[in-house]
Amino acid sequence: MKSSAFLYAAGFCLAATTASAGDLTIVSWGGAYTKSQTEAYYKPWMASTGHRILSEDYSGGLAEVKAQVQAGNVTWDIVDVEDAEAILGCDEGLLEEFDPAILPPAPDGTSAEEDFLKDAIGDCAIGTVVWSTAYAYNQTRLSPPPATIRDFFDLEKFPGRRGMRKTPKVNLEIALVADGVPPDQVYEVMATEEGIDRAFVKLDSIREHVLWWEVGAQPPQLLVDGEVIMSTAYNGRIFNAFAAEGQPLAMVWDAQVLAVDNWAVVKGAPNIELALDFIRFASMPENMAVQASWISYAPVRKSASELVGSYHADPDLKMGPHLPTWPDNMKTAIWHDEEFWADHIDELNERFNAWLIE
Amino acid sequence: MVRRIRALGLTLPLLAFLLAAFIIPVLLFLWQGVHDDTYARYMPHSTPVLEAWDGVSEPTEAMYEALQKDLVQARKDKTIGKVATRVNRESPGGRSLFTSTARKAARLEAPYKQAMIDLKPAWGRLETWQALRVAAARYTPAYLATSVDLKYRGDGSIRRQEEKRRIHLTLFWRTIEISALVTIFCLLLGYPVAYLLSNLPARRSNLLLILVLLPFWTSILVRTTAWIAILQGNGVLNDLFVAFGVIGDDNRFSMVYNRTGTLVAMTHILLPFMILPLYAVMRTIPKAYVQAAHSLGANGWVAFWRVYFPQTLAGVGAGVVLVFILATGYYITPALVGGQDGQMISNLIDFHMRRSLNWPLAAAMGFVLLVLVMFLYWLYDRVSGIDRMRLG
Repeated sequence: MKSSAFLYAAGFCLAATTASAGDLTIVSWGGAYTKSQTEAYYKPWMASTGHRILSEDYSGGLAEVKAQVQAGNVTWDIVDVEDAEAILGCDEGLLEEFDPAILPPAPDGTSAEEDFLKDAIGDCAIGTVVWSTAYAYNQTRLSPPPATIRDFFDLEKFPGRRGMRKTPKVNLEIALVADGVPPDQVYEVMATEEGIDRAFVKLDSIREHVLWWEVGAQPPQLLVDGEVIMSTAYNGRIFNAFAAEGQPLAMVWDAQVLAVDNWAVVKGAPNIELALDFIRFASMPENMAVQASWISYAPVRKSASELVGSYHADPDLKMGPHLPTWPDNMKTAIWHDEEFWADHIDELNERFNAWLIE
Repeated sequence: MVRRIRALGLTLPLLAFLLAAFIIPVLLFLWQGVHDDTYARYMPHSTPVLEAWDGVSEPTEAMYEALQKDLVQARKDKTIGKVATRVNRESPGGRSLFTSTARKAARLEAPYKQAMIDLKPAWGRLETWQALRVAAARYTPAYLATSVDLKYRGDGSIRRQEEKRRIHLTLFWRTIEISALVTIFCLLLGYPVAYLLSNLPARRSNLLLILVLLPFWTSILVRTTAWIAILQGNGVLNDLFVAFGVIGDDNRFSMVYNRTGTLVAMTHILLPFMILPLYAVMRTIPKAYVQAAHSLGANGWVAFWRVYFPQTLAGVGAGVVLVFILATGYYITPALVGGQDGQMISNLIDFHMRRSLNWPLAAAMGFVLLVLVMFLYWLYDRVSGIDRMRLG
């Protein structure tokens, strides 16, 4: 949303004037997510190294990074990027390439490459958490509660407005599953023109009842305000509304779409060595486990998942069942196919945008 | 003469500033919309071969060979990603076709045509090569064509974009429509306010003028989000309606996240731009004219319409042009309160700037918008004469 772009612009000017040598600028998504990173990584790293971290928020995308790199005036060191941006940024030469050898091994000696989930170590990006987009609802407004992705598309059973992220990503996938495609065949179907048509036909069936959101903070707010009866959302945001703010929101994990979020170093960053040191620190399993006690995103390291305990403010609230990678939540999960999206995002965005204004 | 040079000298700093900070960057950016040498720069062997090719005949072995050479080199130079991104815009899936072929290109052996088709059947398709031909051209009408819903194809022809991908013309039209409506609302609301301001005693009109100006000192974001709080389903206005029994609790009006939201918020934000020029002009109109009209027998309406209104036309023109042109470029407000049918062309430009990183397409759309606005300005000038416009 534009507000964050403006905040970013303000923060950007501020950072440009106050950052001094040895200060690391890390740009992430803000809100509860940045909070979890601050507690798990920023504070301990600053305490142990004596360097300062300047934390900034952004709303995703590579426009700022591209502008900085092209102007030869890079002020960001590390940026927290989605898979698709990690690939695009690497292809366009906007991100530094990594040597995975910097990553620390697991406590039992397993190499980092084996300990990280598949594909979580990219050419220019190192995975940090597994997050998920699934749909949530307000428990006080829906009874009986919805249980499947079909319910999300079922206007008769659950009349009312739905919230969806304004992008073809995830929406096409869940539309197909709701239309009967098995979750593990979603991308095969989407590779065909007919498959895409089919997804849009399914989306058509609820289009009049969709409110499109753009930043992660919107869905919990819309649900609490009663503007929508259910909404796709980032699972960590819903968890935060529920655990930290006591809101009566709940997730439906059916056909959740999982993706990895990554650390990446901006090409020509002022403090590359420090940045790599930070990423190494943030990739230690014990630190990753701390982050999972602040927000319900799962560590990308298997060894870190075993260390995950309870919510930081409530020892009785076990984090495990709230993580997207919890076995019960994984039964019908879809792993976001970043290669597919990197290839087709332009074409599908075009079609999605045209469909929106039809 | 000396005086004129001196006057020019005084404006020189401003002119230099405008040139360096505005005109040159805008031109450079617009240039991107027609000039894209990503492919030509990194693929030096295949570019001339593609340029020489007619775009319809069967691709020859020499073309495959040149491409293979380039792919090997581009992979070594790590420029393959940039090239692949460029090709992907012309041919969806072109990105992975390029990166995966480049990975294996060094191991391919002659004849390259057969080898590449064996590797990826897409290399045997004419459309793939036509897309390359479009990507290879340094000067390309492709982005401009896209921004008016046309498709520039590898064989040199330009056709209409297929129906389910047409979006730009609709959005340009909608931009004009919304801007025109906002302008009309601003005029209808602003005219009486400006009249009141110019006819009150100075002390009271100054106070009112400050109220008109006050929103200028409030962030546009704050004003827009305030409208969300007022207009949304459980917002202030709907609550009032329900409380007074105008509507039932379950069928509240949806006044935000749609075109209504865009129109309301934009009208509010742009209203001062209409009031101020109107006020400036109205203040200079002597009251005696309307009094004279009355004493000559005109009733209230005739005195207003035949005597007063024509004298305010200069201010009306200024306000209308100002509000309309500002409105065509709005994107923050529609993005926040516009939902899907309240989006304008600038929202799509913003999307390509920040999300898809397709800056050339954003530049092309910006160019079309600029031409459109200039055309409307010219039209306005022809109809009513710009020299009659007064800002006060």
